[in-house]
Amino acid sequence: MITLDILCARFTALDPDDLRRWIAEGHVRTDRAADDLVFTEIDVERVRLILELRDVMQVNEDALPIVLSLLDQLYELRRKMRALGVEPDA
Amino acid sequence: MAEDPYKLLGVPPDATPEAIKAAYRKLARKHHPDLNPGKPEAEDRFKAISAANELLSDPERRARFDRGEIDAGGQETPPSGASYRRYADEQAGARYGQRPDAETFEDLFADIFEARRRAETAPRRGADDFYRLGVPFLHAVQGATEPLTLPDGRVLKVNIPPGIVTGQVLRLRGQGGPGIRGGQAGDALIEVDVAEPKRWRREGWDLHMDLPVSLQEAVLGGAVLVPTPSGRLRVTLPAGSDTGRRIRLRGKGVAAHGARAAGDLFLTLRVVIGPSDAALDEFLRGWMPEHPSDPRAGLEGAA
Repeated sequence: MITLDILCARFTALDPDDLRRWIAEGHVRTDRAADDLVFTEIDVERVRLILELRDVMQVNEDALPIVLSLLDQLYELRRKMRALGVEPDA
Repeated sequence: MAEDPYKLLGVPPDATPEAIKAAYRKLARKHHPDLNPGKPEAEDRFKAISAANELLSDPERRARFDRGEIDAGGQETPPSGASYRRYADEQAGARYGQRPDAETFEDLFADIFEARRRAETAPRRGADDFYRLGVPFLHAVQGATEPLTLPDGRVLKVNIPPGIVTGQVLRLRGQGGPGIRGGQAGDALIEVDVAEPKRWRREGWDLHMDLPVSLQEAVLGGAVLVPTPSGRLRVTLPAGSDTGRRIRLRGKGVAAHGARAAGDLFLTLRVVIGPSDAALDEFLRGWMPEHPSDPRAGLEGAA
């Protein structure tokens, strides 16, 4: 089970306040177990992606929702294509 | 064999760190695999430029590479995973599919956020510090005040209660790490290590020691000086005090503490004949005991 503390420990560049804001804005989605937040592997990779967007690609916080929204739509389309039996990269 | 990192990033060998960073950013934006789910080759490309950047952005490793001490791939650390797409392309990706109303997340987790925020701003007690302190045996028996020098140069006066034994831990309240955000300071925990005495043996609150006495003292009795934890003490031996005789000195053991009475000091006599003496030899040769007795009587059959 990945808790908020474990998640923060995995990324040295991750500020808990940033993560809290991303969760509040829905950029990172989480489940709750009793009084704590729990994350799955896709959330960990999502946090890594956001950190790389911000720190490496210099996508600032204002542009972040746009980039994420476009990515989410892109991946959703790819999943839908697969569901229809069409390999998106074929 | 990895490609030349300068070529990979498209910078000259004398590029400044800023130029390298800028080149890396530009290429990362283009090749980040999560942004290119339809291009499998993007992942290898991104890994290669990430590795090149890692090598060249570390001045020490860049210098070693320039001197030819390491090759472009020799010290390659695994670059960032960039594997979000692995999940996003699968069913797990539905988690980030349709974007619901953003406000709901904040409401959903507001209490957890608030609890965490409170925990992070609440006063916290300082950490306890652990020390070991060697204590001379007599101080452990009599009680004493021992100085303990802390790593920061402070000297604590540690009150050693009489009767303390090795392994016991003394707690000095508030002498540990400082409190955080107005919290209480932690405690200093001091584990005591009592030196083993040569002369005395300790049993509970009592002390035992062997007391060597001369033949004359043993036979005729008389006053002898006995070292006790509280100093030398005159003890009058009764006449005919044989080896093995026990003498109890009340209250001369471990010192009293609180409601606990002091222990006793037990002396076990041990007759020492000493160097040979012509007069004694002469006397013993002509000596006819008044009441002959066999000191080994009863040894037979007991074996």
